[in-house]
Parts: sequence; C-alpha cells; structure tokens
Amino acid sequence: MARYLALRLAILAGTLFAASVVIFLALEVIPGDAAAFMLGLNAQPDTVAALRAELGLDQPALWRYLGWIGGALQGDFGLSYTYKVPVAELIGDRLWVSLPLTLYALALSTAIALPVGILAAARRGGPADITVMGATQLGIAVPNFWFAMMLVALFAISLRWFSAGGFPGWADPLAALKALTLPAVALALPQASILARVMRSALIECLGEDYIRTARAKGLTRGQALRRHALRNALIPVLTILGMQFSFLIAGAIIIENVFFLPGLGRLVFQGITQRDLMVVKNVALLLVFAVTLVTFLVDLAYAAADPRLRTRR
Amino acid sequence: MKALTLPLGALLAGVFVVAALVSLVWTPWDVTALAVRDKLQGPSLAHWFGTDQLGRDILSMVMAGARISISVAVVAVGVGMVFGVPLGLLAAARRGTWVDELVMRFNDLVFAFPALLVAILITAVFGPGALNAILAIGIFNIPVFARLTRGAALSLWQREFLMAARVAGKGPLRISAEHILPNIAALLIVQGTIQFSLGILAEAGLAYVGLGAQPPTPSWGRMLADAQTLIALAPHVALFPGLAIVLTVLGLNLMGDGLRDALDPRLKERRR
Repeated sequence: MARYLALRLAILAGTLFAASVVIFLALEVIPGDAAAFMLGLNAQPDTVAALRAELGLDQPALWRYLGWIGGALQGDFGLSYTYKVPVAELIGDRLWVSLPLTLYALALSTAIALPVGILAAARRGGPADITVMGATQLGIAVPNFWFAMMLVALFAISLRWFSAGGFPGWADPLAALKALTLPAVALALPQASILARVMRSALIECLGEDYIRTARAKGLTRGQALRRHALRNALIPVLTILGMQFSFLIAGAIIIENVFFLPGLGRLVFQGITQRDLMVVKNVALLLVFAVTLVTFLVDLAYAAADPRLRTRR
Repeated sequence: MKALTLPLGALLAGVFVVAALVSLVWTPWDVTALAVRDKLQGPSLAHWFGTDQLGRDILSMVMAGARISISVAVVAVGVGMVFGVPLGLLAAARRGTWVDELVMRFNDLVFAFPALLVAILITAVFGPGALNAILAIGIFNIPVFARLTRGAALSLWQREFLMAARVAGKGPLRISAEHILPNIAALLIVQGTIQFSLGILAEAGLAYVGLGAQPPTPSWGRMLADAQTLIALAPHVALFPGLAIVLTVLGLNLMGDGLRDALDPRLKERRR
C-alpha cells in the first residue's frame, strides 16, 4: 500500500504541475503582453507600462511562473486587478457559496440515485425498473441550466416557494440553504440519473455472482442476500462514478451559478473574463483543477482500500 | 421494448439532422429578420413555436440552431477520434514503455480540467466563438477515445490471431491499423454516439454562458440565455429550444444503447 500511495502521490503532483504550466502558458504567454491584453485596445502606453511593472511582467516567464506557484503554495494568489483586493480573499468568499452548493448537489444526487437504483435492480424488468430506466434516460438528456430555468418558472415565478436567484449569505443558515436548494436540485438531477443507472447495473451484475447463489442456498432471502452481500460489492463502481461526478458538478456549478446569480467561483471566473482580470481567472482555474485532481486521487485511494487487487495491477 | 431503442433514437436524432440540413436552404421565416411588432407571440398557425423578444420565428431559429449544435458536436467528436484513437493504438502497441506512460499521463492531465474550464481558458485568450467551442469540446474528447482505444486494444493484443499476425512478420503499427482498428470499430461508433450527445449538451452550455457561437448566428444555448429574462412573460420562448436539446440528446443516447446491443452481442448476453 505504501508503494501504491507513493506512486499515486507522484502522479497527483505531476498532474498538478503540468496543469499549472498549461494554465500559465495559456493565460500569460500565448496572449503576448498580458498587461496590454488586460487593459484593452484603448489603453495609454504609460498605463500599460505601469501595470506591466505591477504584475512583474518585465521579468522572464520562468521567474514569473515560479513566483506565482511559490505564492500560491503559501496562500498568496496576488492582487485582483479590477477589485484591488487579494485574489485569495475573493476566492475565500466565493468558496462559501460554491463548495456548499457542490456538496448539497452531491448529497441530493446520492440520496436520490442509490435507493432508486437499488429498487430498479431488485425489481428488475418490472414496472418500477422500466419507469426508472425511462426517467433516468430523460434525466441524462436534460441540460441542467434549462432544467434550472424550468424550476425557476415553476417554483419561483408561479408558486413563489423559492426566490429566483441571489444569495442572502450564511448569517441565516436556513435562508442560505433555501437559496441553494433550486440550484442544487438542478445540478443534481442529471448526475442522479447517471448514478442510478450505474447503481442498478452494478447491483444486477453482483446479484448474478456465485456467492449470491451460495448465500441464497444457506437460507437467506433474496432481500437479505442483496443487502448483506451484493450491495456492498456493487458500491465499489458507484464510488468511482461519484468521484468523477465531482468534476461534472464543479463544471455544472459554473453554469448554474450564472442562472441563479449566485456569488460563487463560477460567477467570479466569468466576471474575471469579461473584465479581463487574468489574475482572477488564472487562480480560480488552478483551484478548480486542484479540487478535481484531489478528488480523483482520494477516490483512487478509497478504491484501492476497498479492493486490494488494484494496488498491484496498473 | 429493447428492439425499439435504435429506431426510436435514430428517428429522434434524425428529425433534428434533417431540420438542420433543411435550414441550410429554407426556414419558414428569415432568422435574421426582426419584426419587433410581432414580439413574444404564443404558438400560432403563422409561427408554430411563437416568436421571441425581437419578433423572430422560434421554429426557424430552432432549425437553424440545430445546424450549429450538430456541426460543433460532430466536429468535436471528429477531433477526439482523429487524435485519441491513434494515441490509444500507439499506447497499446508500445504498452509498458514510456510512450504508453506519456499517453496515460496526458489523459490524466486533460481529465483534470473540467471541459467548461478549458472553454473558459480558451475564450479568455482567443475570445468566444463556435470554433473555440469545438476546440474545447474536442480537446476533452481526445482522452476519452485514447483511453477506450487503449483498453480495447490491450485485450486484443492477447488474442491468438494477433500472435499469428506478428509471426507473419507484421509490425505493431501495421497490426494496429489492419487488425485492431477494424475490431474496435463498433466500440468506437457506440462511444462516438455518446460523445456526440455529450457534445450537444456541452455546446448548449457554452453558448448559454456566451462562450459559443455569437449572435446573430442562432444557437439553442444562446436562445435559452435570451429567454431566461423573459421566463415570467413568455415561457414558450424557453420551452422549445430546451425541448430540442432534450430530444436530440435523448435520441442520440437511445441510438447509442441500441447500437451497442446490435453491434456487440456479447454485451447483450451478459446483461440478460
């Protein structure tokens, strides 16, 4: 396990390093002069020169890259050009919207998908199974932002149960959760559809194994065999998909935050682009990649802990 | 039920492909003609899907929107296949070497970027547009096909008929092209259909946040973005482009499932 852990850690570090180089090259080298890019076409030459000095663009690229990563490792992401505050502060504020939203959606998706998938597998071929398969097929096809708009039309505009957008802050936790509910539902639905199908097929696969026949032969009912033996094994592939969904949820949250005007990382990155604030875009991108890579890494570890065979096989 | 999947999927997806093709030569109304006097009409005989906030015919815009959605997704799948499949074949042919390792690490790298983030970075540098949407979705498709191809090719390399080909003196690259590729073609077609549907969803998402095709080119995502502020006033403006996306993606997914069953009888057996 130690050897496996070391290998995975090395891959994690390598991926993060390569990703940071890609982000740096894409945003600071390819556009040419980042200062001119950020200020637009009508900028005065002396303003550009001042910003260039402020951003340290007169230094060589390698030096700038090392400065950026060195600072980021210590939690210093530089100064936002448009907001004139540390990017770390901006990210810190926005994280309190994006992270709860992602976790809320993940919890919803899991809470819906697992029982539904188990039900479909247990009642395979029956009306419940057919309904689940049809509904999930539709759920996968629905774009989450359109679903979000339909939710707003129904629950915010017609029924007036929820507000159509905005975020009141965490001073009142219940109001905050309420504001995140429609966005979380919109994010969770397509993911829940995928997860329910994975749960169903993994469980069906496990129910066909020899050890289930043995369990039944020693006198367990179908339900007991399913709960005690099949379910546990079927959860392993489900775990992998859950990890992958984190990446989709983060990407989805970027869009959904824009539908509901939530002040999260997604809106921050879009504002960063329209205001050409490369400092913001660069660091939020790095943070999102870090989050996705870290979750992949943790899922790999959990997977290896659950299934020792994976530690040796590549 | 199972037998209906493929024809039903092909029918749904086919309707939109035909609509896209027809829109090249004819749409019920001109999609660029503004008629503000007729704005936000509900569905009628003259405008089957109603009109939008500028009085444009929504049916015509949905048809023209199909064109951009479908072409972006098709080209993005093409990019993924053209680069991903050879990479996967190469990795499998040189399995265990640094080439294989390099391809796999490249996959990890691309998977570390959520597709939308790639699009955002590309847009930050080059500005928004349909071409950049293709690039963003296409880049994400490369590791999908590379991984799939490598996995399938690796298991084929263990088979006797490949051993025979090697004994006959064929090199690894020739074997990959002549024996492995035809054997994984079915798998690639099925995955291509699935990536096609994901591409439609991704293009719609990008266009919705303003990173896709730019106005006046009609696109489904763009139409939904415009419709959002009007949703209390005229919900039908948001309804039809959304339904177009759902039905196209649903059709492609059903087609993918149906094709998998039709092309790979082994999978069918296992699932029973």
